[in-house]
Amino acid sequence: MSAHANTYVPKSRVAKWFESRLPLVGLVHSSFVAFPVPRNLNYFWTFGAILIAMLMSQIVTGIWLAMHYDPSAANAFNSVEHIMRDVNYGWLLRYMHANGASMFFVAVYIHMFRALYYGSYKAPREILYILGVIIYLLMMATAFLGYTLPWGQMSFWGATVITSILGAIPIVGETIQSLLWGGYSVGSPTLNRFFSLHYLLPFMILGVVVLHVWALHVTGQNNPAGIPIKSSKDAVPFTPYATVKDVFATVVFGIFFAYWIFYQPNYLGHADNYVPANAAVTPAHIVPEWYFLPFYAILRAVPDKLGGVILMFSAVIILAFAPWLDTSRVRSANYRPIYRQFFWLFVVVTILLGWLGAKPPEGGYVIAARLCTAYYFLHFLVVMPLVGLFETPDRLPDSILESVTGPGKQVSGSGMPAGAAAAPSSKG
Amino acid sequence: MANHSATPSANTVVNADGTLPGTDGTRRDFMFLATGAALAVGAGALVWPFVASMAPDAETIAAGAPLEVDLSPIQEGQIVNVFWRGKLIFVRHRTEKEIKEAAAVPMKDLIDPQTDAARVKDGHAKWLVVYGNCTHLGCVPIGHQGQYEGWSCPCHGSLYDTSGRVRRGPAPSNLPVPPYAFETDAKIRIGEEGGKAAA
Amino acid sequence: MKTTRLLAATLVAATLGITLASAEEEHGAPQPPRQAWSYAGMFGRFDQAQLQRGFQVYREVCSSCHSMNLVRFRNLSEPGGPGFSAAQVKALAAEYKVKEQNDSGEDAERPARAADAFPPPFPNEKAAAAANGGKAPPDFSVLAKARTFERGFPKFLTDALPVVGYTEHGVDYIHAVLDGYEDPPAGKDVPSGTYYNKYYPGHLIAMPKPLSDGQVTYAKNDKGEPVVPETVNQYATDVAAFMAWTAEPHMMARKALGLRVILFLIVLSGLLYYVKKKIWAKVGGEVHGLQPELHKTH
Repeated sequence: MSAHANTYVPKSRVAKWFESRLPLVGLVHSSFVAFPVPRNLNYFWTFGAILIAMLMSQIVTGIWLAMHYDPSAANAFNSVEHIMRDVNYGWLLRYMHANGASMFFVAVYIHMFRALYYGSYKAPREILYILGVIIYLLMMATAFLGYTLPWGQMSFWGATVITSILGAIPIVGETIQSLLWGGYSVGSPTLNRFFSLHYLLPFMILGVVVLHVWALHVTGQNNPAGIPIKSSKDAVPFTPYATVKDVFATVVFGIFFAYWIFYQPNYLGHADNYVPANAAVTPAHIVPEWYFLPFYAILRAVPDKLGGVILMFSAVIILAFAPWLDTSRVRSANYRPIYRQFFWLFVVVTILLGWLGAKPPEGGYVIAARLCTAYYFLHFLVVMPLVGLFETPDRLPDSILESVTGPGKQVSGSGMPAGAAAAPSSKG
Repeated sequence: MANHSATPSANTVVNADGTLPGTDGTRRDFMFLATGAALAVGAGALVWPFVASMAPDAETIAAGAPLEVDLSPIQEGQIVNVFWRGKLIFVRHRTEKEIKEAAAVPMKDLIDPQTDAARVKDGHAKWLVVYGNCTHLGCVPIGHQGQYEGWSCPCHGSLYDTSGRVRRGPAPSNLPVPPYAFETDAKIRIGEEGGKAAA
Repeated sequence: MKTTRLLAATLVAATLGITLASAEEEHGAPQPPRQAWSYAGMFGRFDQAQLQRGFQVYREVCSSCHSMNLVRFRNLSEPGGPGFSAAQVKALAAEYKVKEQNDSGEDAERPARAADAFPPPFPNEKAAAAANGGKAPPDFSVLAKARTFERGFPKFLTDALPVVGYTEHGVDYIHAVLDGYEDPPAGKDVPSGTYYNKYYPGHLIAMPKPLSDGQVTYAKNDKGEPVVPETVNQYATDVAAFMAWTAEPHMMARKALGLRVILFLIVLSGLLYYVKKKIWAKVGGEVHGLQPELHKTH
């Protein structure tokens, strides 16, 4: 860490005094100013910044909503409506938070798509990638807990169904269930602890995000060509190049976000959640939020309770094994003509699973869900290992610069001062 | 993180042609400035709803509407507590002796000089209406106690007279009079004075 | 790799085919017809006269069974709503009685104030259920957001879009149900305590036909002529519009603010795009997209 002093040279005496005791400015400088970024990054690489913006938005709106929210079964629904009706800009804060959760998942799914398409999970970025899977799991838990808080019908029945899923775990299942409930069924104690945990988890996410960014800055970023930075001509400094691009992309994403908040604030939710929780009446279709639908489809595709639960959790956990299931030497699917086709098939299947998750579990829907579930797992367990072994990848460009300009062409000068770029990605 | 230490001058951005940036005209400088300004305006506007949401909400404001208090059941010498906007208010039906004492005090003896007449409504000298929290640190003073028989604060010993004026510190000022008006001789309306509602 | 593409296409087609076939069986009721609402769309605004009429229908008809617990009298005079004056609201509130504990700790009644909620027709939910055949009539406050209907693929996707989008499922459904009472088709068994409704899922609704033509007398214009017809359809439209407002009292403020926010963000993103281009020009521009074609040039 001491080496940061080489990149950031404090000028004033106060800055020198501070830096020699805590090299904070130097750390920020090396990570977000001088950090070498591959010059061929496309807009898929701005979603990391967008996700950080979304996390911040969720945390801040959440803290503000908690100033007005009452986590008791008797008052939760009305306190949310109090926010919507009486609190100044309360409707804005709540719609930002509710739609922000969906936007967070939109961004994370694009981010995950990018990681899978360009092989960002492959060595040396395995830890970076697994930290990402952990963040995703924490996000899912946070979103689920948060969805129970308005204490509408979907909140209540969603909590009932999901906690019942945990009840399927052999031996300890029922104990876990009653510990979550704090009673004999989902009730006020459940809501109260869910609120507490919903407040806690985002800060755990923030902690893992710090590790995620740290790991990123050790290995350096992957890029669309999937080849490492070899010379200073392959890279540009993070600031201003990546910074301005990230800010631009975040603002554009903000337009998309604002559209939902102001013009379709309830589209991504469920009408039933405006009916106060009622333990005597189950809504006609219990459907989770859209971002859980593919996994919900997998759960229902299996006719056995425990089997469905195992398969559903496996569908997430299997992501963490991608670095070892993929046997190809080439990272980017841009240079993998066969794998690319399978990959797009995988994307289509996942979207179809999402759609099937919203449909009632009967007739043709179940058959379709089973087919799609089968391919989902085949993709990881068979396609990834086998295609990597038998496929002949296209010729990789010699350098990142060549991937931008085409072979043989030269660009004078460089965005990165000589010698600055090569080090961080030398392992990659 | 330590392995990109070999970046001696990474903070110097150099153009592709080797020149330093910022040398190609004022239009670009203006656009950069405008963008920075727009970002700052946007950030400021984003902060506003968060700050505004912390102000009293519509429900709280509506609940703070003027409060009518019926004076007829209050006996002479009695102090009645009422709450308006969550604040304690003393409504005191003063005796002739208490009114006389309050009126007789010379101004020079007062920490916060104010005549008794200025603290009650014309023609209604027997009714004293004051906020019920000590002006020192907000404790509730006890009525009919202390040397001046007005109020005595149990926390730090401040003493008030029968007009609610502070006579002995540490309280710095008199018990304030809330906005109110007489609707009839036996009914007051707290929170509204001269036909105007309190802010 | 035409085979995998073909495979993907077949899979999509098969799934869609199966699901569309199943979708046919799903619908127990026809789709509520879409009404022209003044407040639909990005620039939509509530029609104050309509909200006032809708409130009149609620007050004279619906409120004898349906509560509106989250709505306060003062809401009626707040911006973006029916636009009653504060004095009107005060007078209106005084016509209602609310329960309160007096100084002796006994239950007492006093005239309602602007700050009070609309008093419910039944003292509690159990009483409401007992008086209505076992099920309490739903509260009106957010009912317009609590009701919807399936529009199916691909409408559920286009509904989310600007301009062609659609967010009035709840009010259209409420309007349709109120105007959807008709004689049951031959052979349809209607048990006592239920009524046949064209748009209610399953067709058997526990609410008797609540509205009939001429039931509510609307205020006339200067010449003494009715402004709108006094028909079930008109009452249903007006009360549904009123419920859209009670469910989303800040809708107009939301849409107005949204326009400003989005315009600002578009300008800001334009500026940022220019700045980004200028900055990246120093290193010879940048690369966009998935760029799967790049390798082909090699």
